[in-house]
Amino acid sequence: MLEEIGTTEQGDLVINIGPQHPSTHGVLHLVITLNGETIKKVEPHLGYIHRSIEKMCESLTYRQFIYSTSRMDYLSAHINNHGCALAVEQGLGIEIPPRARAIRVLLSELTRLASHQLWWGAMAMDVGAITPFFHAFREREMINDIMEETCGARLTMNYMVPGGVMFDLHPNFVTRTKDFLRFFRSKFNEYDELVTNNIIFQERMKGVGVLSSADAISYGCTGPVARASGVSSDIRKIAPYEGYDQLQFAEAIQSGGDCFARYLVRMQEMRESLAIIDQLIDTIPDGEFQAKTKAVLKLPKGEYYSRVETARGEFGVYIISEGATTPYRMKFRSPGFSNLSALDHMSRGSKIGDLVAIMGSLDLVIPDIDR
Amino acid sequence: MSFLIDYIRTVYKSVRSLLIGMRKTGYYFTHHKEIITQNYPENRDTLNLPERFRGEVVMTHNEANEHRCTGCTACELACPNGTIKIVTKFDITPEGKKKKALDTFVYHLELCTMCNLCIEACPTSAIKMDQAFEHSVYDRRLLTKKLNKPDSKLMEGVE
Repeated sequence: MLEEIGTTEQGDLVINIGPQHPSTHGVLHLVITLNGETIKKVEPHLGYIHRSIEKMCESLTYRQFIYSTSRMDYLSAHINNHGCALAVEQGLGIEIPPRARAIRVLLSELTRLASHQLWWGAMAMDVGAITPFFHAFREREMINDIMEETCGARLTMNYMVPGGVMFDLHPNFVTRTKDFLRFFRSKFNEYDELVTNNIIFQERMKGVGVLSSADAISYGCTGPVARASGVSSDIRKIAPYEGYDQLQFAEAIQSGGDCFARYLVRMQEMRESLAIIDQLIDTIPDGEFQAKTKAVLKLPKGEYYSRVETARGEFGVYIISEGATTPYRMKFRSPGFSNLSALDHMSRGSKIGDLVAIMGSLDLVIPDIDR
Repeated sequence: MSFLIDYIRTVYKSVRSLLIGMRKTGYYFTHHKEIITQNYPENRDTLNLPERFRGEVVMTHNEANEHRCTGCTACELACPNGTIKIVTKFDITPEGKKKKALDTFVYHLELCTMCNLCIEACPTSAIKMDQAFEHSVYDRRLLTKKLNKPDSKLMEGVE
């Protein structure tokens, strides 16, 4: 697999980035063919953090397998768990109490915010600015504290159970979330001053890594990557789940298709997430936080598919059940894998320095790609 | 001539946007109260973790060294990683009958993902999550723990 640094027959230079390289945000290995400074080909080599989660799930019960999906896209762990819980509930045919639905949506949007904040800091760091990283982590820390108080863990929450959520909301949740909303709104100006309006940042991002809408569709891109190319792909809008259709929010769409468009889409999504939390935080219904389920869950024989919108795009869970307590086959459709496949197309012809900016704008999480 | 004007304009815009960014940096440089970094090992005494924080599984014992675990293995079945292993024994009740009871509650901390499924599964609330999070040891065998205390026995009335 590992290719030596060398030259091809045409005299092009072949170099490796990764697997241990800070700008790949994980153990991604890219074999790059260069003509001078211009990229001719990018070949991602995967598998360095493959843990065979799909196969593991075949030996875990429907309550147990949810925790393992937190380890895939660890930045939107809660939303991954959400997708799994939805698939199991679809098979069981149970109705979720309204309070559990509100809690799920609230925490999903908080997770999305935390994920985008980390991306914002890492993106700025990829193009050479260190300060935004610390600003992003300051706000993200508040979300992590809220999560810690309600779910009991900061990153791999495992708060979802089939039929609802594991515990009720913590009594402090509403006040702390409102404090966070107020604080974070006041910091958006700072984000724009530091990064968005910075001319150096814009020069690094504009017109770099352009992906047309036709290519975005044909590569199967979803999430902010597709929306930056003008493709409407928000699962919360096109196939609403968990009461997203009753909430007022706009789908962030840009038409540029370059890195800056992807940046703007995520910034817009953060504002929309704030709007969603605003609508729900005062009107969390009372009642049960978990529907009554049997101690041993058995899905009827059949196939079940659910999809949710994570911070990176469409996350799909496909379960084939033979009627036993464990799934017969499990398949996850992870957004990072499809988005990565467009990297070669986007970076061909651009300079090697722009590759890091393109990868940063894709918001790759490597365990999500490898599973 | 126009390229010169463009050049000067670009330089002006760059310097301006840089200065705006540097103003923010300067603000935080002079406002120490807004820095939220914690001095972690030093603040260990005042560090408050939320009560739901999942650090490790512990078994609750009362003053008479009694626990609530009946050895039903519900937690062992609920665990996705094989973290818990329950060894049972047979006690002789005063009526002379054999009764299944807990002998050893083996807990492999190194396998545990703190998913809370065992706590949810326990019918008698014998185990709970503790807030301890400093688990580093020099030998990994130390991570395999026995949760029931020596000579502890089942609390009266717990079935």
